[in-house]
Amino acid sequence: MRVVIPSPLFSYTSGQREVDARGTCVGDVLRDLDAHYPGMRHRIIDEQDRVRPHIRLFVNGEAASSLRQPLADSDELVIVAALSGG
Amino acid sequence: MGMASEAVTLLIGTRKGAFIYRGDAARRKWSVEGPHFLGNVVNHLVLDQRDGRTLLMAAKTGHLGPTVFRSLDAGYTWVEAKRPPMFRKTEDGTGRAVESVFWLSPAHASQAGAWYAGTAPVGLFCSADGGETWDEVGGFNDGLFPTIKHAVGDVPDGSLLHSVCVDPQDARHLYIGLSTGGVFETSDGGASWRPLNRGVEANFLPDGDAELGHDPHTLALHPLKPSRLYQQNHCGIYRLDRPGVEWRRIGRAMPKDVGDIGFPVVLHPRDPDCVWVFPMDGTEVWPRVSPGGKPAAYRTRDGGESWQRQDRGFPKEQAWWTVKRQAFCADVRDPVGLYFGTTSGEIWASIDEGESWSCIAAHLPHIYSVSAVALA
Repeated sequence: MRVVIPSPLFSYTSGQREVDARGTCVGDVLRDLDAHYPGMRHRIIDEQDRVRPHIRLFVNGEAASSLRQPLADSDELVIVAALSGG
Repeated sequence: MGMASEAVTLLIGTRKGAFIYRGDAARRKWSVEGPHFLGNVVNHLVLDQRDGRTLLMAAKTGHLGPTVFRSLDAGYTWVEAKRPPMFRKTEDGTGRAVESVFWLSPAHASQAGAWYAGTAPVGLFCSADGGETWDEVGGFNDGLFPTIKHAVGDVPDGSLLHSVCVDPQDARHLYIGLSTGGVFETSDGGASWRPLNRGVEANFLPDGDAELGHDPHTLALHPLKPSRLYQQNHCGIYRLDRPGVEWRRIGRAMPKDVGDIGFPVVLHPRDPDCVWVFPMDGTEVWPRVSPGGKPAAYRTRDGGESWQRQDRGFPKEQAWWTVKRQAFCADVRDPVGLYFGTTSGEIWASIDEGESWSCIAAHLPHIYSVSAVALA
């Protein structure tokens, strides 16, 4: 499926804004991304499988409910990096 | 660090990236490389003095989680740790997560490639492979920490683990500092720990004589006399000579209008009785700026019996910066060079053991760490 990558993660994707990944749920897709772009997952998901505070995940434009949310190949996962402060 | 005649390189960690300043032999001209990892919060940038080439950087960005970057060529190229410091995952997912890697220390000289990392929230981690993969020090994270957590509770901005000091005479003998928590010691490589806070004031605690809950800002062990410890604490400057266990507040000899509050403490590389501190305003609401807007280092040559003000070259008034705990250091040259970075992004240097100072860089981001090294 199509995954949209935010600019803070471009160092992992060599600048690619959109990449393909496989998986039947959000968590699976993030693990597949990590297999192709090692280290990426830990930067957005902590060791307790919690989405980090300044990261949001959207599936087809709707906020993902959890890492267990099912996905189909036709879905689009958008990773959003939202920063506050100076 | 290397021989006393070698050129000095300054490793600078800032709130917005890392910089490397390479000095000439006279320590008067500095060329800058960087920023490296612009936009990353770099808490610590440290050389492995055992090989003179490997650098480790504790970094995160505003959006992303914490990690460690490694350079095997003195900062020219970098790779990310394959497994950064992280706590064990709990079944219910309510366990702790590392928010930032705050401190990096090479382990004992005999343990090539071994490192320690301190984190926020408080955690101690070790690596046996040059920082590529990290494991928890279970004796601390699962052994001692729950006791401290119970005694201290939560700290609003999160407590952190710093000042991992390795006894050069015994690889299994370590000291660490926890802000807040106190100073702790292990003699078995981290399996078991004991507090080492007797004699240290804790005027912010209900029980000022509590064994846990103290706030060491920096802890330092002299490499040539590892029985000698210095501590810049939230409640003053202290010294401890082992095997004693009672700290003595040597900051009482500081001028009363300056006080003995600050973050860093810096050791003379060859004289265990010579120490520098950089006082800040710790009165009432804790402004944490130079006292009176007049920055100065203070030096003792007699183990804290007396202190001398060293401010030649600094602004005489209206300078409201201060120096964080990792941001003041010494080189190994003779005379010793001193270097610090300010909260306002300036780097100051002295090549005459603090007698005079000059600003060698300005307009950097808020500086978190400065390390003076001799690269191989």
